[in-house]
Amino acid sequence: MSLKQIVPSRKAKPQSKSRKNLGWLLLVPASAVLALVIGWPLINLIILSFQEFGRAQVFGADPEFIGFENYSNILTDDGFWQVLNRSLVFAAVVVVSTMVVGTLVALLMNFVPKRIKVLVQIGLLVAWAMPQLTAVIVWGWMFNTEYGVFNYLLSQIPGVDFYGHSWLSNPISFFGVAALIITWQSVPFVALTIYAGLTQIPKEMIEAAWLDGASGWQRFKDLTFPLLRPIFTIVIILQIIWDLRVFTQIYALQGLGGLREETNTLGVYIYLTSLGSGEFGLGGAIAVVMVVLMSAVSAFYIKRTLEDMDN
Amino acid sequence: MISKNRNLKIFAGSVAGIIVFLVSIFPVYWMLNTAFTPNGLTRRSEPLLFPSNFTWENFQTVLFDSDQTPFWPALINSLAITMLTVLFALAFAFLSSVALARFAFFGRKSFIVVLLFIQMIPGEAMIVSLYRQLDTWQLLNSIGGLTLVYVATVLPFTIWMLRGFVLGVPEELEHAAMIDGCTRLQAFRKITFPLLAPGLVATGVFGFIQAWNEFLLALVVNSRPEAMTLPVWLRTYQQVNNETDWAAIMAGSTLMTLPVLIFFVIVQSKMTSGLVAGAVKG
Repeated sequence: MSLKQIVPSRKAKPQSKSRKNLGWLLLVPASAVLALVIGWPLINLIILSFQEFGRAQVFGADPEFIGFENYSNILTDDGFWQVLNRSLVFAAVVVVSTMVVGTLVALLMNFVPKRIKVLVQIGLLVAWAMPQLTAVIVWGWMFNTEYGVFNYLLSQIPGVDFYGHSWLSNPISFFGVAALIITWQSVPFVALTIYAGLTQIPKEMIEAAWLDGASGWQRFKDLTFPLLRPIFTIVIILQIIWDLRVFTQIYALQGLGGLREETNTLGVYIYLTSLGSGEFGLGGAIAVVMVVLMSAVSAFYIKRTLEDMDN
Repeated sequence: MISKNRNLKIFAGSVAGIIVFLVSIFPVYWMLNTAFTPNGLTRRSEPLLFPSNFTWENFQTVLFDSDQTPFWPALINSLAITMLTVLFALAFAFLSSVALARFAFFGRKSFIVVLLFIQMIPGEAMIVSLYRQLDTWQLLNSIGGLTLVYVATVLPFTIWMLRGFVLGVPEELEHAAMIDGCTRLQAFRKITFPLLAPGLVATGVFGFIQAWNEFLLALVVNSRPEAMTLPVWLRTYQQVNNETDWAAIMAGSTLMTLPVLIFFVIVQSKMTSGLVAGAVKG
């Protein structure tokens, strides 16, 4: 059964007027909350980004409209561009590593005996279930400079001495650890979603490809991947969105020994600019830039989702 | 020849599977291992790889040491906010999902577009004005304020997920019940609603986990010690004891992780099928 068959087709049916109104009425509570907590602050965010809004305004001074000054300030600031580039590169690395590992684990689950498959699923669920913050703190403990188990295990390899090695004080290895943690936690979603797709491919098709002598890579490239392309697209877009807006892992890792200035990503930068330094106007402008950036990526996702819905 | 080759491949695959399992669970294992080891024994360059000298003392430190940032108020805040969030989000999302799945009306599609868009707005971008907004409503550092924020943040996905479940129950079943003499509402209540129960549970669990784990908004909105939720408490606790007591930090992490882990295991199959169904359907 293909995925499209699962989603029932919707045909327009003639409906009474009261029924139409009831449809709207049912949406009222959710709409009210979303308008109040997301819609209204979003409008305020845009207004704020055009205002001088710093410490003085927090304590009661009237905010002053300054046009695009906040925007020109951040766009001419090297620090901002560094943070933006860093966030983009980091997200790209994590998306690729998550997709590669996730796909391999999904293919593995489809191949191994049932007992091993259950074991893998349990492992994935445990990693997935762990709260982001505790995950970072536990990994931070494993990578601890003096007492970390990771340094100890590495040093067991003959000729290798990692005792007392600090992983977080170097920005490159800081992001290496961050990427490892995020990949570890994101692989379960990717692997289980792709695996769910794999189980829907008829066994006969795979066996036919086997008999035709197709190698593993050929079977994946010519059969599995094209069939699961819709799933891959959605999962990749979601990973891009999630990895661009990463906050908890970076912020908490910085608290475990990272150098703030050299490891800030967009989310942390907004937090530090607005709530840290009290520059709400400037932070607002960065936030608007981030929303625009994310909307561009999300547009693909939304378009894709609506297409799926119509089929 | 081919079958021998295949057996070898299956063996190699099984070994790889076991490695995936070990890598996946090792951090949780290590958290528990440290949490039940006396603090003095955790501060060694050669860590104890297996549990020995089992002790509860780290949990006592976390729960009852009065010099420390207190655990109990954070737990109570977390429980209250999480449960209220699940309650309201489920109720509101249920109404919306029925509207989206069962009713055809003008603007249905626009609503879905807006919903998907809202889901994609990063929380980081919202903190700037959300903080100021809650400040003017005098809802900073309160249970009601953070609950309101969480209901809004989990609603889009909750509606979307429930909509998938409602669509999964064929409308023809209701029609059949109506032919047998049920009213539309009765048909919905007696036929569709029971079939939706697993979906409601899965969606509720999703909301629970989201609210229980959320860190950024809690950090911004409820930063005062008496208003902290567990994630913010844990981070504060870790900052204070970073140099001295990792065993207690791991005990605290365990206390925060355990409820989520148990929830996950209980509703495991529904959870995955629910989330994946939501994902696969978009």
